[in-house]
Amino acid sequence: MLSTVISKFYNDYLANTPKRLKIIDAYLTFVFLTGVIQFVYCCLVGTFPFNSFLSGFISCISCFVLAVCLRLQVNPQNKMHFSKISAERGFADFIFAQVILHLVVVNFIG
Amino acid sequence: MKKSSSSFSGGWKSLIVFTVLLLAWLCGFASRLFAVIRFESIIHEFDPWFNYRATAYMVEHGFYNFLNWFDERAWYPLGRIVGGTVYPGLMITSGSIHYVLHLLNIPIHIRDICVFLAPIFSGLTAISTYLLTKELWNTGAGLFAACFIAIVPGYISRSVAGSYDNEGIAIFALQFTYYLWVKSVKTGSVFWASLTALSYFYMVSAWGGYVFIINLIPLHVCTLLLMGRYSNRLFTSYTVFCILGLLFSMQIPFVGFQPIRTSEHMAALGAFILILVIGGLKHMQSILSKAEFKYFFIVTSLVAAGTVFFGVVVLTYAGVIAPWSGRFYSLWDTGYAKIHIPIIASVSEHQPTTWFSFFFDLHILVTTFPVGLWYCIKNVNDERVFVVLYALSAVYFAGVMVRLMLTLTPVVCILSGIAFSRLLEIFLKDEETPSNGDSDSEQETSPSRTLYDKAGKLRKMKHEQIKETEGLGANVRSFIIVGVLAMLLMFAVHCTWVTSNAYSSPSIVLSTYSQDGSRQILDDFREAYYWLSQNTDSDARVMSWWDYGYQIAGMANRTTLVDNNTWNNSHIALVGKAMSSTEPKAYEIMKSLDVDYVLVIFGGVIGYSGDDINKFLWMVRIAEGEHPKDIRESDYFTDKGEFRVDAEGSPVLLNCLMYKLSYYRFGELQLDFRSPAGYDRTRNVVIGNKDFDLTYLEEAYTTEHWLVRVYRVKKEDEFNRPRIPVSKRKIRPSDVFISKKTSRRKKGLIKNRPVVVKGKRPVKS
Repeated sequence: MLSTVISKFYNDYLANTPKRLKIIDAYLTFVFLTGVIQFVYCCLVGTFPFNSFLSGFISCISCFVLAVCLRLQVNPQNKMHFSKISAERGFADFIFAQVILHLVVVNFIG
Repeated sequence: MKKSSSSFSGGWKSLIVFTVLLLAWLCGFASRLFAVIRFESIIHEFDPWFNYRATAYMVEHGFYNFLNWFDERAWYPLGRIVGGTVYPGLMITSGSIHYVLHLLNIPIHIRDICVFLAPIFSGLTAISTYLLTKELWNTGAGLFAACFIAIVPGYISRSVAGSYDNEGIAIFALQFTYYLWVKSVKTGSVFWASLTALSYFYMVSAWGGYVFIINLIPLHVCTLLLMGRYSNRLFTSYTVFCILGLLFSMQIPFVGFQPIRTSEHMAALGAFILILVIGGLKHMQSILSKAEFKYFFIVTSLVAAGTVFFGVVVLTYAGVIAPWSGRFYSLWDTGYAKIHIPIIASVSEHQPTTWFSFFFDLHILVTTFPVGLWYCIKNVNDERVFVVLYALSAVYFAGVMVRLMLTLTPVVCILSGIAFSRLLEIFLKDEETPSNGDSDSEQETSPSRTLYDKAGKLRKMKHEQIKETEGLGANVRSFIIVGVLAMLLMFAVHCTWVTSNAYSSPSIVLSTYSQDGSRQILDDFREAYYWLSQNTDSDARVMSWWDYGYQIAGMANRTTLVDNNTWNNSHIALVGKAMSSTEPKAYEIMKSLDVDYVLVIFGGVIGYSGDDINKFLWMVRIAEGEHPKDIRESDYFTDKGEFRVDAEGSPVLLNCLMYKLSYYRFGELQLDFRSPAGYDRTRNVVIGNKDFDLTYLEEAYTTEHWLVRVYRVKKEDEFNRPRIPVSKRKIRPSDVFISKKTSRRKKGLIKNRPVVVKGKRPVKS
């Protein structure tokens, strides 16, 4: 039962998702795994340079969140929610947010 | 603002908007200058002196030295790490203005920038209020709100020229953050959300009131979720704002890791997790499209919210998250501070607000803002939910503390702007208004007439209203319009009157009006501080009550024991104990603290009510909190429970150090012929203990009107032996005894030895 649902879901995804969204999904998976690794590391070793841990971890969360937002805005299904935001505009916003985010992260990482 | 537009009416609109905003800015700026015109370009009150001193330090030594500044002149002998314990936004703002102006070869002194910073920022506040109201309602309401906030006394009280304090720029940051937030909720754009986070960062760097933002926005999000108004736009704007804002706020040294450790900030993280979960569920829903998903969704979100809440509670008990701070508790329970933290309760601006001050600070707006609130609730949408929550929470907080009136004022202006705009929209419809002779009000009203059809949702409402008003007739309309304009006129008059009379005194320079109407300037504070800076050692330690710490450090440049940054309660209590004990006991404390000078403020000669004797009970209370064995508040009252300094006052009070320093030699002073000697004009009594001397201290300086009295603490060798006046310092010839002993005659000899003659009694010499 479960396996059929998953396989249906997987096939559905492969068939119906635009290529752009697949790239974003790959990026999301990567960022998510990085975050998990950092969290496991901090649980095992400790959070000693706390600002470094925080900046790394928050950087992961922010990248994830920003990519999710980009995915929402690029997704043609959500067109009516973001009527004024084209895909290019969404990507430019994404870059802008990433730039200010990582300026601060570099400052904070110590 | 573009002046020339392709369409005629669009150009007129922009021109009118531009003109009204410019006038609002100029008007707001001008009405904040009373203090500068009457007195001079001077920093006011207490906290601004520290901000000014820190800014001057930053301009002189550079930003990095400022961040690492350890101030050894405050909190002697502890010192204070200034860089890590201030919100640096204010200093950075004025420092960078100074830097830019000097790059342009405009040689302006940093003090003038500090004095005029708050009035200039009030104009920016007006503009951001306009933008916020425009997003919430329409342009006309925005212009009303901008005009209101420019002159409303509740905001002027914190932003007159010379009041160089955090609030002056923080209200601008607050309004601008809210504007950007509303904008980002409307569009769902990552760009606006990032700008919101940047503006929030500026707010965090400027004022501790940023906690208000970081709790109000999650409250808005949660309310929208509960109302079933979740949208992808809300998801993008909140997640981006929250995570960026969290990271940015941790860049301020004073805030540090608080955003992830203290309970005040947990609401933001909880809402963040909640909206992530809901976003995920919605996404699943769009993929799975099951019928029973709704049930599943509600259960999951409730479980998630419960988990977050209990997680925070458990972590708080485990000590990972710091519990609510005392200042925060005092917001919920107004009696809390009085019982547990007398130092917070002792500040007059932390008292609960009276009804009178609501009217005094807001005048007509206090009655019209519920109307605007009602309109917002009636035509609700995502961003109007926000302003409703803003209004409700701000009303509550303003009722708890006088000081938080400041956060209420902007939202009152917004909602009143909406109310007035709606009112005039109804009654000015399809009619050329007769000129009322009041050009300013005309400018205010005309845009609301021309621009009403901008609000999309309003259209249906408007038609209903028009039908009603058509039956009213021209006379009723013009009566109402004239009435509204008269009210606005009264409001403007009231604002100017309040600004001029209540909020424009620097409190460093006092002024009195004599009977013939001429004005007298009492400059005793600066006289005393200047004396200190010229006549004492540069490392002399001055003890005073904490109110005057910043001024002594700023103007006299001397080391203080306690100041207005009340971070160390026990140190303040020690000073309070010294002030409220007897002279010998106080001397022990002062000796242990290396005090060289003691400064007291005494208003008995001129009738100045904010002096140290009137603050004395707080000193006693704070001292009692730390030293309950030595100081008891009840000792300072009479048997009937009164606090009085005349002959019936309690003997403990009449012999404590503060009393003696205030009234030393006051008993000899007869102010005028109608009153007896030693008549205290502040408390309207003849003082009880007139004739006393000081053993351990001596009077060093008393200003012209006795407002500030400075005493020098004697060294130990000075009072053990009585001091001889110079005139009597001569060597008294006494019977000089010369030893007759020489090396040859070793036999001793007794002086005045009775001569013994045999057979006779010895004669006493």
